[in-house]
Amino acid sequence: MKEELLKRTVKGPDGVEFEVEPLRDYYCEAAPTVMPGAYIKIVEDLFNWARAESLWILGFGTGCGAIEMRPLMTPRFDAYRYGIQWRPTPRQANLLVISGYLSVKTLKRAIRAYEQMQNPKYVVGLGSCTINGGMYWDSYNTIKRLDQYLPVDLYITGCMPRPEALLAGFDDLKNLIRAGQAEGANQYAENFDWYKANQKQVIHDWDMPDYNW
Amino acid sequence: MMRELHERLKCLFPLGELTEQRRGPPNELAFVSLPGAYLRPALLHLRDLEGFTHLVLLTAVDWLEEGQFQLTYLLSNRTQARDIGLRVFLPRDGATMASIHDLWPTAATYQRELREMFGIDFPDSPGVNDDFILEGWIDMPPYRRDFDTKRFAAENFSQRPGRTTTDPEQHMKAKLYPGEN
Repeated sequence: MKEELLKRTVKGPDGVEFEVEPLRDYYCEAAPTVMPGAYIKIVEDLFNWARAESLWILGFGTGCGAIEMRPLMTPRFDAYRYGIQWRPTPRQANLLVISGYLSVKTLKRAIRAYEQMQNPKYVVGLGSCTINGGMYWDSYNTIKRLDQYLPVDLYITGCMPRPEALLAGFDDLKNLIRAGQAEGANQYAENFDWYKANQKQVIHDWDMPDYNW
Repeated sequence: MMRELHERLKCLFPLGELTEQRRGPPNELAFVSLPGAYLRPALLHLRDLEGFTHLVLLTAVDWLEEGQFQLTYLLSNRTQARDIGLRVFLPRDGATMASIHDLWPTAATYQRELREMFGIDFPDSPGVNDDFILEGWIDMPPYRRDFDTKRFAAENFSQRPGRTTTDPEQHMKAKLYPGEN
């Protein structure tokens, strides 16, 4: 456990001493809950249509696949014309693209980023590394199956996929969302203990709360 | 040029043979090995008197069969456009080397990396025991050659079933000479 995360006594600017327990005071430890659908299907369909047309990607590149996002967000391929935009913080995004290999160290950050995103949220695995490890299948430091650690709604194959493939993938994701099949966040909430057990199996220095948002 | 430098240095330090990888001038590159105890005076001499002011890199090689680590200190003389690599051999068990972070501050980063990836200790180097790339590492240092990365990956990460690999030699044999198998 890092020193700044340990329970300690802090003296405030007004001279009052108080106890700080970062893991409990700075984070909400409550586990995520399943978000029920709307009371009637036609309303849920309307919501899903709206969600599909409003994809906000977290600008977080984990591996070499992140290089394909630059031509996508610039005029050459211009994903913005499909209503897909990049945001700088997890709070403002609802789509996490795991762009390529994910080392254990980055997995920790990816989990934190995912958990800080607000519902409804989606995960897209980009490239073969997220599917079966790709060329890093025997690496000591990268995970081999993303869906063991985060709920993946869609995989885009390739090593690495071209921006056109990503655009096609985002189109597929929109169809999934419209059909009400992109329920990754709810799966994460339902199988929370399973995901946490998997995550803790590879992250040996777990120094954060079980759920941080 | 490099030979002259080698002759000059040989009077001062017990140097080994000079291995010239690239002859010049310009862009000369040569390597020479010396005992670890003489490394520091040799580095100081090269830096202050011979113009090798830049530490290009500090890296290690694991000679598993000989039971030794080789440290390579690559120095560059920018004005004369030539590089020299000093090689030091350490016993592999309990490998420890004197830190040179006070000669080049950047060496501390290299030493921290070597501590983590090879398990070579550099006492008194700033932050040498901090995590460098790996976090929460539980096995032996991964760049050591007796570390089995394939076994480690199989034991620690769940693999997606159905992945097959083909030995290139066998595959090409079957493809090119189908009758001979």
